[in-house]
Amino acid sequence: MGPLLDSILSPEFGFAIFRVMTPILFPAIGVAISSLAGSINIAMEGTMLISAFTGVMVSYFTKNLYLALLAGLLAGVIMGFLLGYFHLKLKADIILAAIALNMFASGSTIFMLFLIAKDKGTSISLRSLVFPKVHLPLIKEIPIIGEIISGHNILTYVAILSIIFVYFLIYKTPLGLRIRAVGQNPDAAESVGVDVKRIKLYSLLISGFFGALGGLYLSMGYVSWFGRDMTAGRGFIAVAASNLGGHLPLGVFISSIFFGLINATAIYLAPLRVPSEFTQLIPYVTTIIALTLYSIRVSRKKKTSKSEV
Amino acid sequence: MDKFILKYFNAIRISIAITIGVVISFFLIFLISKNPGASLSYLFLSPFLSSIRMENLISAASPIIFCGLAIAIPFQARIFNVGAEGALFIGSVTGVVFAIVTKMPPLIHIPLTLLVAGLAGGIWGLIPGFLKAKWNTSELVVSLMMNYVAYFFGLYIINYYFRDKAAGALVSLKISTSVWIPTLPFFSRTSWTIVIALAFAFLVYFLLYHTTLGYEIRTTGFNQHFAKFGGINVFKIIILAQIIGGFIAGVGGMTEMMGIHHRFNWQISPGYGWDGVVVAIIGRNHPILIIFASLFLAYLRIGGQYLNLMSDVPYEMVSVIQSVIILLITAEAFLVQWKERITVKEAERKEISHGTTS
Amino acid sequence: MVPILEAKNIVKVYPNGVVANKSISISVEENTIHAIVGENGSGKTTLMKVIFGIEKPQEGDVFYHGKKVQVKNPHDAIALGIGMVHQHFMLAPDLTVAENLVLGHEPLINRFVLDTRKSQQITQEISEKYKLPVPINQKIKDLPLGIKQRVEILKALLRNAELLILDEPTSVLTPQETEVLFQTLKELKKYGKTIIFISHKLKEIKEIADKVTVMRDGRIIDTRNVEELSEHDISFLMVGRDISFERIPASETIGEPLLKVSNISFTNEENMPVLKNVSFEINAGEILGLAGIEGNGQNELVEILTGLRKMEKGEVFKKQEDLKNLSPRQLREKNICYIPADRMKNGVAETTTLEENFIVDRYYKPPFSRGFRLDWKYIEKYSKELINKFQILAHSSKTPVNSLSGGNIQKVVVARELSANPTIIIADQPTRGIDVGSEELVHNLLKDARDKGSAVFLISANLDEIIKLSSKIIVIYQGEIVARFDKVDGIRDVDLGHYMLGLKRGEA
Repeated sequence: MGPLLDSILSPEFGFAIFRVMTPILFPAIGVAISSLAGSINIAMEGTMLISAFTGVMVSYFTKNLYLALLAGLLAGVIMGFLLGYFHLKLKADIILAAIALNMFASGSTIFMLFLIAKDKGTSISLRSLVFPKVHLPLIKEIPIIGEIISGHNILTYVAILSIIFVYFLIYKTPLGLRIRAVGQNPDAAESVGVDVKRIKLYSLLISGFFGALGGLYLSMGYVSWFGRDMTAGRGFIAVAASNLGGHLPLGVFISSIFFGLINATAIYLAPLRVPSEFTQLIPYVTTIIALTLYSIRVSRKKKTSKSEV
Repeated sequence: MDKFILKYFNAIRISIAITIGVVISFFLIFLISKNPGASLSYLFLSPFLSSIRMENLISAASPIIFCGLAIAIPFQARIFNVGAEGALFIGSVTGVVFAIVTKMPPLIHIPLTLLVAGLAGGIWGLIPGFLKAKWNTSELVVSLMMNYVAYFFGLYIINYYFRDKAAGALVSLKISTSVWIPTLPFFSRTSWTIVIALAFAFLVYFLLYHTTLGYEIRTTGFNQHFAKFGGINVFKIIILAQIIGGFIAGVGGMTEMMGIHHRFNWQISPGYGWDGVVVAIIGRNHPILIIFASLFLAYLRIGGQYLNLMSDVPYEMVSVIQSVIILLITAEAFLVQWKERITVKEAERKEISHGTTS
Repeated sequence: MVPILEAKNIVKVYPNGVVANKSISISVEENTIHAIVGENGSGKTTLMKVIFGIEKPQEGDVFYHGKKVQVKNPHDAIALGIGMVHQHFMLAPDLTVAENLVLGHEPLINRFVLDTRKSQQITQEISEKYKLPVPINQKIKDLPLGIKQRVEILKALLRNAELLILDEPTSVLTPQETEVLFQTLKELKKYGKTIIFISHKLKEIKEIADKVTVMRDGRIIDTRNVEELSEHDISFLMVGRDISFERIPASETIGEPLLKVSNISFTNEENMPVLKNVSFEINAGEILGLAGIEGNGQNELVEILTGLRKMEKGEVFKKQEDLKNLSPRQLREKNICYIPADRMKNGVAETTTLEENFIVDRYYKPPFSRGFRLDWKYIEKYSKELINKFQILAHSSKTPVNSLSGGNIQKVVVARELSANPTIIIADQPTRGIDVGSEELVHNLLKDARDKGSAVFLISANLDEIIKLSSKIIVIYQGEIVARFDKVDGIRDVDLGHYMLGLKRGEA
């Protein structure tokens, strides 16, 4: 345990937490907003894949980071729209429709990857731009804290700022009020002329937007290429993170940090003669355990009568 | 005509969804292939062009049938357990390990190995099942995570304890011939696996529609409150549906090892569990329809493989088509307006004609 | 004078083929209280939904102030000046009163930011203007029903509604709360508002309405001034025959105590004591009525008695048998049956067939199944018998339940429960929201069961029903039994109301 402890206590480990948290925090925010409106978006996995792919491809062809960002975001929003269209307009079960969209994303990105890169595994042969790293002035000078907080990819900072943005959106804007009202009692919203389907659609579009940021970070920040199914379940871990955080901004942030911590630990275990299959297990097992503990707490709250005193 | 449409509306709807999927594939092939005519024939005709390919089609359908059934049972209880992939994987690993370490005559060894594989799959269903029943933990997320756990854990077992070091790839030791599922008479390569799969489909049909347990599973799916109120032990049913599903997936995975590979040789997760979701949706969770849906999907798969091999169009086009098809099928309102117009027309004709205001 | 609202030749057919409105024409005059009565399934709620833009009719026109209007959604209706107070309140539970009121046209500081102070101010003003006080910053979920309804009315008034539609507004209120509501409505009339009042309580209509429209079977039977008609006349128009309002006399043969409940207590999730030492006994051949405003512990009591909820303290016995914390299956095995209040949630599985709905408590027993195998032939035959015996209007035993009307769905539930030969019947709101014809059938069936020696526990928010059927009455208030009446003769609903509101306490 010695070497592990050493590396966990190092600032690099703190840095790694934020690095691996980012692709969970973005989709978790997305899931949270859709859940508040009462239509949970579990197509995050697919949304991230499509955006990750689109970003890399547009960046390769145009050599323009802004266009890549724009295209990636647009792709994510379109995924949100498709889920909304099938669920709200064509009355598909939102879970089944999301499963179908995830399959579509997995298949179509590999399909396109082969057509463009003649490779079904990764797009390493196509050079992609990446989002820049940002060194925070002043803060970077602080020992330890500076090493942990400064020097991240710009999207990591965007993710953290998004928490504030989402807080503002939910509690301080009419759209946020309507999103909450629609989630709590759609008939109530309907009765005062709020277009419930439109609000749910908006929430899915916003969630697609955040999913897209998560995908873009993966392929153009975390690494600089697209790989088949590179999301590796993060879209679903995000569902767990959103649940754990009660779908509320601060809660989602904290639970994402928790998952970041677990993932970072797994990464740091890898070189320590632990079978890689085992370290790779850790995030998934932790998700199951965390989700279970959370649901135990929720059901206790619901059922117990006096034990809480 | 109207009456016919109303009666067979679901069948018509599914056919139209499939047709749209096929039309999209035409469109894609014309868009990307240098020789679209040939590509189309690889995809749609080649599976029929030789008896070997037909046999491949049948063999490819069997694991899909198993997984379709494994998904359909929890889905009938409206439990979104998508863990067939993990159950299939862990079932195969456990079955192979059991087959390697035991020695028995085939007549006992085969069923016992399948049973062991099924039980391992059942445990994979039990975990999300229990968590769902006890604390309402999302079975969707848990079963998904369990898929990853099965994959990494299974590979660990095979790679560290049962790896065939003589083989070039990461595969297990061979299993003894006493657990090989033999080839069907009159066939050159199709094993008895397809017969086992069909038998399972009919068993599941009987289970769901003609037994008390099936009634309990379906009633839980229709309305859980109602089931509870009527005296059904919903807790038990939610767990049981997922155990049975996992069991069937585990058996399905193991039949692949016993009928075709004769060792554990999956380095990536084979994806049959997801195919199971596809065919359960196309077949509307009905075991008999799942057989046909699986044959259809296997047909696309075999066609896709030839397409991949012989032309410039990649195999993944099949994934695109299938996801479009299930997306359309899950869209309850897809074509429903058309149906409603007919229903309303019929009702209006009946009611208004003999309606006189008093 | 031009009527404020006119609907002409409205035809509404639902996607499942049910024709709810068969060419309906109605006109409502300005500044009147206009009642619409009819059995359930007579199409009155559908008509209101058409007027309010929730449902689209296949044919027909709506005129407002003499002008033809297109009401495509509630938004259009609100813009015209139509407001609706629904039977189930349309309020978001976790938002405050003010947030609920401004929802949909929120005041803003700039284009994007909510102006919370302005919202509170708006709420304050409208509440003072119409003298309807509400706690502005409290969350809806913490308010009593009467106040929630007031918020609903304010919501409509805030949107400048001049025509208010109230869909069975009194069904959840006590007589006293109803009085307050009627005062409010009369007050609103003075402000020049027009009110459409949907109800099937004839007494209330006589008290409050100027005009009454009677609907039956998707058609309008008549519209008259209220003073021209007696309660009897209206009920005759509604069902086309006389219905009795008399009390059913108590059975002559009262047997031994069958159900004995003593000292049940229960504390809920929020640590509120919901049931406090509830005790009662029901003898064979008796109907015990439990009166009370909804939400005073009745749900929890029923859930405990039916095995859906575990109790903490107390005892339940059927004769000598201990029933404490048995499962629903075990209780049913002891011949206890249960007609649930929410039939769509607990009573039926609406998407499947009548057959599958009839067998939910007995599928595992012969002759419905042998071993693990279901006998569908027998089940079909059995279902057909129930359909005939309980006069359920259905095409076949394989019809899905959701294609039936509300009254017929309730008959499906009652048929299943009473055909189980119960010795104890727990009937929770057994006739809520069903037509008078079905109501009478259900009442007679309960009476028959009683006469055969069953013990019936009747929970109802409808005091007329309680008084009509019960041999004894107990009243529940805040989880306590606050009054017991061993003789029902001569009890008036207002008497019960005083106890239900906690204004009076008996020796409990």
